[in-house]
Amino acid sequence: MAILIYTQNYDGKFKKSVFELVTYGVAVAKELGTKVTAVTTGKPDTEILKELGKYGAEKVISITNEELNDFSAQAYAYATEQVAKKINADLIIFGNNPYGRAIAPRLSVKLNAGLAAGVTALPSSVSPFTVKKRVFSGKAFADVVIKSETKIITLNQNSYKVEENPVDITIEEFSAEIPEGAYAVKPVEIVKSSGKMSVTDAEILVSGGRGLKGPENWGMIEEMAEILGAGTSCSRPVSDLDWRPHEEHVGQTGKVVAPNLYIAIGISGAIQHLAGVNGSKVMVVINTDPEAPFFEAADYGIIGDAFEVVPKLNEAFKKFKAEN
Amino acid sequence: MKALICIGHVPDTTSKIKFTDNDTKFDTTDIKYIIGPYEELALTRLLDLRDAGTDMHITTVTVGTQETEPTIRKALAMGADDAVRVNAEASDNLFIAKQIAEVFKNGDYDIIITGKESIDYNGGQLEGMIAEFLNLPSVSGASKFDIEGDKILLEQEIEGGTLKLEASFPFVVSAGKGFCPEPEPRIPNMRGIMTARKKPLQVVEPVAKEAVTEIIKYHLPEPKPACKMIDPDNVEELVRLLHEEAKVI
Ligand SMILES: Cc1cc2nc3c(=O)[nH]c(=O)nc-3n(C[C@H](O)[C@H](O)[C@H](O)COP(=O)(O)OP(=O)(O)OC[C@H]3O[C@@H](n4cnc5c(N)ncnc54)[C@H](O)[C@@H]3O)c2cc1C
Ligand SMILES: Nc1ncnc2c1ncn2[C@@H]1O[C@H](COP(=O)(O)O)[C@@H](O)[C@H]1O
Repeated sequence: MAILIYTQNYDGKFKKSVFELVTYGVAVAKELGTKVTAVTTGKPDTEILKELGKYGAEKVISITNEELNDFSAQAYAYATEQVAKKINADLIIFGNNPYGRAIAPRLSVKLNAGLAAGVTALPSSVSPFTVKKRVFSGKAFADVVIKSETKIITLNQNSYKVEENPVDITIEEFSAEIPEGAYAVKPVEIVKSSGKMSVTDAEILVSGGRGLKGPENWGMIEEMAEILGAGTSCSRPVSDLDWRPHEEHVGQTGKVVAPNLYIAIGISGAIQHLAGVNGSKVMVVINTDPEAPFFEAADYGIIGDAFEVVPKLNEAFKKFKAEN
Repeated sequence: MKALICIGHVPDTTSKIKFTDNDTKFDTTDIKYIIGPYEELALTRLLDLRDAGTDMHITTVTVGTQETEPTIRKALAMGADDAVRVNAEASDNLFIAKQIAEVFKNGDYDIIITGKESIDYNGGQLEGMIAEFLNLPSVSGASKFDIEGDKILLEQEIEGGTLKLEASFPFVVSAGKGFCPEPEPRIPNMRGIMTARKKPLQVVEPVAKEAVTEIIKYHLPEPKPACKMIDPDNVEELVRLLHEEAKVI
């Protein structure tokens, strides 16, 4: 019995979502009476690797291959497979993010391991191994039993609370064998985006809809985001009209987000919009129309004109931040 | 070029989701089925490329029972050339991927395209699994897709930017938003529908592959407590609730 956690680092650093995975893995390990090993690539500094021990990983395997500095799903799957076999992992946990989504399915074929993607909670039973996952774009959940000996899950972001659980961590370097041909997709160029917080990373999102009338009115939205340390997002018509960049568009055809707090301003709450945001922990809506469907989905609502409410709310948030 | 495009048969996005048999089965009463939105985007892109002069034969593949045939016919009416249906209940993803990999092996296709994720089981797993069964390179959730001679030009949204990629055939890709830059819905006309009836739809039996996952129960989300309304003249109350009650700021 061993649990392997795939911990992606970005430029040598771990994000909070990785600590979520480790905390989750440690909780499952307790149930199974086993321990957690993390695996990462790119050889981050020892101090960074040790952070994983703060959340309960007893060991981290740092894959040293230089060629893994460029991402290739095929190459990463080879490397993770070798580590999984080396520690006899029977449960492998990824984040449900672009890396997890690219590597986990390949590993699932390599190990003939059943894969449950988009898991939202601890296993409800470890034998048979049963996890809850999001289905029908968040309109329902399903209990999935994984029957194979080796099991893989991808955990949705923000579905498990980070908790410290310090242990002594051993760091082990590992050089994987990556066959020729695993780099058939060639990166040509990276075009950097604005450098703002990405909507899928933000713990708080301030989101604007067509009710805001035009791009010139986003000043107060950005101000709120600034005060709360939040990201900004928008509904589809807003990005279609080019009021906001496309990377901010959330919903069924845009990004699916699950922040702790989602503040919807001048957004009606169409089903396709909600499909992208209903994983949020808490939702606030500000809308002039009491019949707007968003009020059905939200936790807190203000019926009112955004142009009056938002500036007042910004002042109140500022005051709160100054005092807390 | 020969393209194999994986078409899922999924409930319309506005469907009300319900379950039967003690919450163990999806209730299909009154459900209207559609082509998965990302697959529709991918198919539209292929048709656009073909209209712009790329030589292309488009085959659709669906793992499903006979009930999926209207959806397959719709893809044919949009403009796909022919279709393959693997006659099996679609449940376990490794099973589905294995079937599609077999179809690929039995034809001389150059590329397999799937949607980024299905809107029913939301796995986003099939492209990677199919690629791995065939030991082919792949890209997930491409946000741009072009063919130039024997090269495939792609873009992918990544942490902090857009990554431009180049690949060659044979190849597997899943289509995300942007795959088709200006998707004009291809609404099949009468002629399209008539011709689609005559286009070949080959039914093949599945190869053996044991299912390793099983859904045993569905749940609807907990009914949310009613939205707490706050007076627009007392926004401080919202700040207090977010801090003390919801504990999110
Ligand atoms: C296949 C499909 C996929 C789709 N995918 C997405 C998706 O991914 N994401 C998405 O967002 N949409 C998506 N849509 C579109 C969706 O159906 C809605 O049309 C869209 O979400 C509406 O955006 P909105 O709420 O900003 O605008 P509107 O519907 O125009 O709503 C504006 C709201 O602002 C309120 N308002 C007006 N003035 C003020 C004011 N001064 N102060 C406060 N409130 C005010 C109004 O009461 C109204 O509720 C999709 C649609 C389809 C058919
Ligand atoms: N039964 C099926 N038959 C053919 N293609 C499918 C089937 N199920 C899913 N797909 C394809 O795989 C993609 C990803 O599905 P999923 O991994 O379930 O999210 C979909 O967008 C479809 O293109």
